[in-house]
Amino acid sequence: MDLLGALLLVAGAAFLFLGGLGLVRMPDVFNRIQAGTKATTLGTLLTLAGFACLRPDWAVKLLLIGLFILFTNPISSQVLARSAHRAGAEKSPLTGVDRLAEQEGRPS
Amino acid sequence: MIRLVIPFTALYAVWLGLNQSLAEDVLWLGAAVCLVLVWLFREGLTVFAEIRLSPRSLMATLGFTAYFLRELVRANLALARIVLSPTLPVHPGIVMVHTGLKSPMGRLMLANAITLTPGTLSVELQGESLYVHWVNMTTSDTEAATADIVAGFESYLKVMYG
Repeated sequence: MDLLGALLLVAGAAFLFLGGLGLVRMPDVFNRIQAGTKATTLGTLLTLAGFACLRPDWAVKLLLIGLFILFTNPISSQVLARSAHRAGAEKSPLTGVDRLAEQEGRPS
Repeated sequence: MIRLVIPFTALYAVWLGLNQSLAEDVLWLGAAVCLVLVWLFREGLTVFAEIRLSPRSLMATLGFTAYFLRELVRANLALARIVLSPTLPVHPGIVMVHTGLKSPMGRLMLANAITLTPGTLSVELQGESLYVHWVNMTTSDTEAATADIVAGFESYLKVMYG
């Protein structure tokens, strides 16, 4: 159980690291949010699962924290992305289309 | 009434989980606090009661959870591949997709699920149109993008929320 917990903790840390790397490497704010959201969600869930293996008596509380993160993390990312788009954040030149800006009649 | 019972039950479950105790004072205090909370926010809690309580809906919830977790892992592996590759292969775009879901809670779950699945991020919801940022856009066509991004989750959520 300790070994499994340690493995889960390392896996969680690895995904969190990849998320951080994504924040640095991605070209614009939307791609950065993408990297941040997915990696932190899975990374944190794996970390919590690892802790649950090390300390089974905390399992229920950790599960509740995990559920909370699962619901709140994507909401905050979506609101960040929407605010960035409304504020006219610069998009990477690689961006193909922007249907939202087209719909609003702004130059995409 | 049922629309208050569901949030009350959920709150009470969280309370018991956090306390990890079935002592009599814990049970009563939790019931009192949850009752007051549910009563105070009775107008805003209706979204929680939109889930259908039927065996079919329960199966759909399990299916949705399993599908979602698989997609979450796939999303992270895809992201790892992009971030670790020296050329950083991204072809982003913001596409429009349609949802047939009517219930606000169903739409919330759909938008959240899209945000956590491979390469997609919900940006804006206007009526039935959902605007999604896509790291590696394969199509800018609304119908094709809907089939690609939305359809997998929507089949479950339709049963759960309608």
